[in-house]
Amino acid sequence: MEALLPLVILLPLLGSALVGLGGFLAPGFRKNESLVGLIATAMVAIPFFIIAAAFFQFDGTPIQISLFSWMQAGDLNISFSYEIDQLSLLMGMIVTGVGSLIHIYSIGYMHGDGGYYKFFGYLNLFIFAMNNLIFGDNFVVMFLGWEGVGLCSYLLIGFWYKDMPKAIAAQKAFIANRIGDFAMIIAMIMVFNLIGSLNFSDLNAAVADGSLGDNAMWISLLIFIAATGKSAQIPLFVWLPDAMAGPTPVSALIHAATMVTSGIYLVARLNPVFSASPEVMTIIVIVAALTAVVAALIAIAQNDIKKVLAYSTVSQLGFMFMALGAGAYTAAIFHVMTHAFFKACLFLGSGSVIHAMEHMHTVEDPQDIRTMGGLRKYMPATSTTFWISTLAISGIIPLAGFFSKDEILTSLFLFDESAFSIYKIVWFVATLTAVLTAVYMTRLTMLTFEGKERFPDTKHPHESPASMTIPLWILAALAVVGGFLGLPYLIGHGEFHLLNHWLEPVITNNPAIEENASFGKEIFLILLSTLLAIGAVFFTRNLYRKHGLAADAKVKKAFGGLFRVMEGKFFLDELYNAILIKPFMSIGNRALSWFDNNIVDGAVNGSGTVVANIGESFRKLQSGLISNYLLIITTGVVAMLGYLIFG
Amino acid sequence: MLAIIVWPGKATAFRWMALIAALGQLGIALGMVLPRFLAAQQSITADHHLASDFLLRESIPWIKLDLGTLGRLQIDYVLALDGMSLMLVILTAIVMVAAVIGSWNIKQSPKGFFLLFLLLDLSTMGVFCAADFFLFYLFYEFMLLPMFFLIGLWGGARREYAAMKFFLYTLFGSVFMLLIMVGLLFSFHNPNLGTAEDPVYTLNFFHMMASGPDGIPLNLIPGSLFDYGQTLLGFDSRLVAFAVLFVGFAIKIPMVPLHTWLPDAHVEAPTGVSVILAGILLKVGGYGVLRVCYGFFPEGAVYFSFVVGGLGVISILYGGFVAMAQTDFKRMVAYSSVSHMGFVLLGLASLESAGLTGAMFQMFTHGLIASLLFLLVGVLYDRVHDREMDHFRGLWGLMPRYAFHTLIAFFASLGLPGFAAFVAEALVFMGSFQSETASGALPRWMSMVAVFGIILGAVYYLRAYRQMFFGTFDPEGTSTWRSKLTDLTLREYLILTPLAALVFLFGIYPSLILELFDQSASLMREYVLRAAGQ
Repeated sequence: MEALLPLVILLPLLGSALVGLGGFLAPGFRKNESLVGLIATAMVAIPFFIIAAAFFQFDGTPIQISLFSWMQAGDLNISFSYEIDQLSLLMGMIVTGVGSLIHIYSIGYMHGDGGYYKFFGYLNLFIFAMNNLIFGDNFVVMFLGWEGVGLCSYLLIGFWYKDMPKAIAAQKAFIANRIGDFAMIIAMIMVFNLIGSLNFSDLNAAVADGSLGDNAMWISLLIFIAATGKSAQIPLFVWLPDAMAGPTPVSALIHAATMVTSGIYLVARLNPVFSASPEVMTIIVIVAALTAVVAALIAIAQNDIKKVLAYSTVSQLGFMFMALGAGAYTAAIFHVMTHAFFKACLFLGSGSVIHAMEHMHTVEDPQDIRTMGGLRKYMPATSTTFWISTLAISGIIPLAGFFSKDEILTSLFLFDESAFSIYKIVWFVATLTAVLTAVYMTRLTMLTFEGKERFPDTKHPHESPASMTIPLWILAALAVVGGFLGLPYLIGHGEFHLLNHWLEPVITNNPAIEENASFGKEIFLILLSTLLAIGAVFFTRNLYRKHGLAADAKVKKAFGGLFRVMEGKFFLDELYNAILIKPFMSIGNRALSWFDNNIVDGAVNGSGTVVANIGESFRKLQSGLISNYLLIITTGVVAMLGYLIFG
Repeated sequence: MLAIIVWPGKATAFRWMALIAALGQLGIALGMVLPRFLAAQQSITADHHLASDFLLRESIPWIKLDLGTLGRLQIDYVLALDGMSLMLVILTAIVMVAAVIGSWNIKQSPKGFFLLFLLLDLSTMGVFCAADFFLFYLFYEFMLLPMFFLIGLWGGARREYAAMKFFLYTLFGSVFMLLIMVGLLFSFHNPNLGTAEDPVYTLNFFHMMASGPDGIPLNLIPGSLFDYGQTLLGFDSRLVAFAVLFVGFAIKIPMVPLHTWLPDAHVEAPTGVSVILAGILLKVGGYGVLRVCYGFFPEGAVYFSFVVGGLGVISILYGGFVAMAQTDFKRMVAYSSVSHMGFVLLGLASLESAGLTGAMFQMFTHGLIASLLFLLVGVLYDRVHDREMDHFRGLWGLMPRYAFHTLIAFFASLGLPGFAAFVAEALVFMGSFQSETASGALPRWMSMVAVFGIILGAVYYLRAYRQMFFGTFDPEGTSTWRSKLTDLTLREYLILTPLAALVFLFGIYPSLILELFDQSASLMREYVLRAAGQ
């Protein structure tokens, strides 16, 4: 088994080279869509089965795989080495599993696109980078993956290169991520300076033996800043909604299920460092709560099906970070998993809808939910799976989202015993956000699939082919049962929280949560979130069933003046543009260019002749033989060259 | 063997001749690496003597002069290579091949062009191989002339201005170097031929850099101008010499604020010359700082580390910001060179093995990537004689293969892991951060500020890429552009693809070349710190 593990890393790379370069060089191969799709899918599916087999045979001791030495200089020694442990196996299964399904889906979705081979080449490259990120046992290999997924994200957002807004979105995504990477590189050089190694296990060990001291705070803060880029938290989340410009399978795979959760993975991987810095944990929980509620509010006011899902992703990532901030790392990873199932299903479902709307050629914007409605009749598979996932994300018992979200809310509530604390406020905000989630998701689903048809009835939309609906069904099924991996503490005192047991060797959760738990509190929390979720879903459903699109006006009225801010996405893009981007660019455009052209160059041009004269006089000052000799050589060579060139 | 490298082709110039010469030179350079590489697999016994790191020495006494009462003088024709210069020799060989192919389409008197080309090749090779300061200086000065003519005769519209600017700038630097050389001439003696009391003066690197275990130079003549404690114009004469030499080399690097010749020279120079300029000539600056400034006046390296590192950081940021403001493709690439060469200075100033190795590796990777970038600019300029970035749009649809190569070059240059520049920059960051606690040369904030440079790189490259390659093709110029903008030709493939592949190869397996100079870097660090200790 172990011998096969390097294939997990290498096969997607091979696939990318085969499909991408093969298609680039051989037009015949490029046109053979089924072969391209098959190779690309196999290169992700085989690693999935290898990881799954390793998962079930895993005996608890981490497996080290070292390919070869990467960089060696002074006391720095970095290898391409990977660690297979409980956490990386779980994440690997999610990435390659969901990845395989999305590859299959894309075979149908991308059919007929001129860049078919290119798309699969990028997608395989993404899986390769993601596997490096997850399995890498040191910062540098992880960073290779971290930047690699950023590159793939850039290429895939700008996949339809003829469209300038898409290109701008791609650029924005990469640069926002780079700002985060700035913090990541500083974290890396700090870690190396402090412990002389960049291995995760060495860093975690250094925290345990106390040799890191206060620096744990700086390192965890920097890593969190890096995570706000990749995992779309305030203040860097603005790139993610724009990233929806990419093809929908990309939004599902990269911008919902996998890449954006890598920040959460990294924090969980380094959980001892974070647990040692409570100040940073408080910062994380506050930023995450703000992100979750702001994104949920924006989602209510959006009319683009993918934009709603994008803000929903930002909001759910906020939930995951809230869990991390409470020290409930397992809960965060649990939510990463369930979210991957239902959000991938939702995005693929939206892709199916967009696909159908596009093929009618009668609506102007195939993503605008105001021109949809009543699609359930034409697209039964898509609408059923979409409904299941909507209920799952809204936290309806016993679907997957209920268990993971409930665990997060419980962790926040049980973080301390006082009645009024930062964590209690965060818990309140999180509960409110859960209600908002149920509202905007139900609104989205109602406007898309239920009610009257609002598109011209000259043509009818059609259900997508099986290659697209089968992944939907699988993901929907996972969204139903995925939650049972982590039954609440209430049931058998955590006996049945399988995920917790599995991750126990690598993750140490905040013990206070368990200590503060009591039967009464847990029952109260579970009942509260269940009632709120069911209530919100029913209320919204009835509102939109009764009024249809007109219900939007009622929502708008309910939010009053705030709605304008929600519609304008809190005007963050405008704000950043005014206070950051414009001044930043003008440093280069105005100040320094002017300085360069006038001051530096002016001085040079003005003094050019003077310098030459000084040079001459210096030469004359030196009356030794050597300089005479040089002067002769110089003149001689000039004369010789002149002769050769012009003679 | 060295002689062949140094004289790659004296015969009449023709492009095939030049290509064969360049290829032959590459072959020889690689031939020299192989045994070294194999040897490196065995254990290297570290000797606490810098000179022991050199291999392939070739030494002939050259000029002997009796200066009467002053003593005697012997200048040797010494060529020697250590890991660092060997790396630069390989780089030169690779870049020369690229540059010859890049200049294939030179119409105007190719004979003269390629002759000057090979002369330039000869002198840069000479600089990297020379192990006598006099010889070094000769080659260094000699480089100026072919470059001056190559820009001045084959350049663009403002070529004379650019050539003159280049010439004045560099001359300014070399005049000062000459002054120091004359001073140095009477400061070191050759222990094999005379004694300190009855000296045979020398400029041989080996004699000048020979130092005892306590770091005191062995062959320094007591009481000479550059002995310890001597002053020049009221300052410590050795520090003055370091500063003056540094300014000379900093012009070549080029370091802000001595950089403005570079964009003009690049914009006016033909593609092949730009490639040499960015690929090799800038490295002469970095090489000079390390070999000459650090080698002769090691305590200056410690004394000035803050200034050197600080100017490096300023170059990184300043170059990046100004690159953001450029509208001309070639000018943008030129300013990005300023930014990337700043990393070399920062790494050198760190006085840490990781930083020094990183600085050397940055020279190597920048040589490859900058060559690639300038060749790519040339591809476009060859076709439509325009380089204004906002005149191009949607090139991806029109020239997908060109777009692909540019994508690789841009992402490699902005430091994406997997490409060589990332390794170099990472080493520089590690080294300069470590510096505060280890050698104490640089404060930590410097490396942190330098990391900011990676954001700037992303901004200007991605903006340029979006402007030129995304969108629908919509030529600003004339409609004939559509037919002129054809995808890469075989000749262009032959040079762009191998370069891109090398950048990738050295990003994944940098040990191939790092092993050459890793040792040199640690020896240099010990040498400098030992000298500063006393």
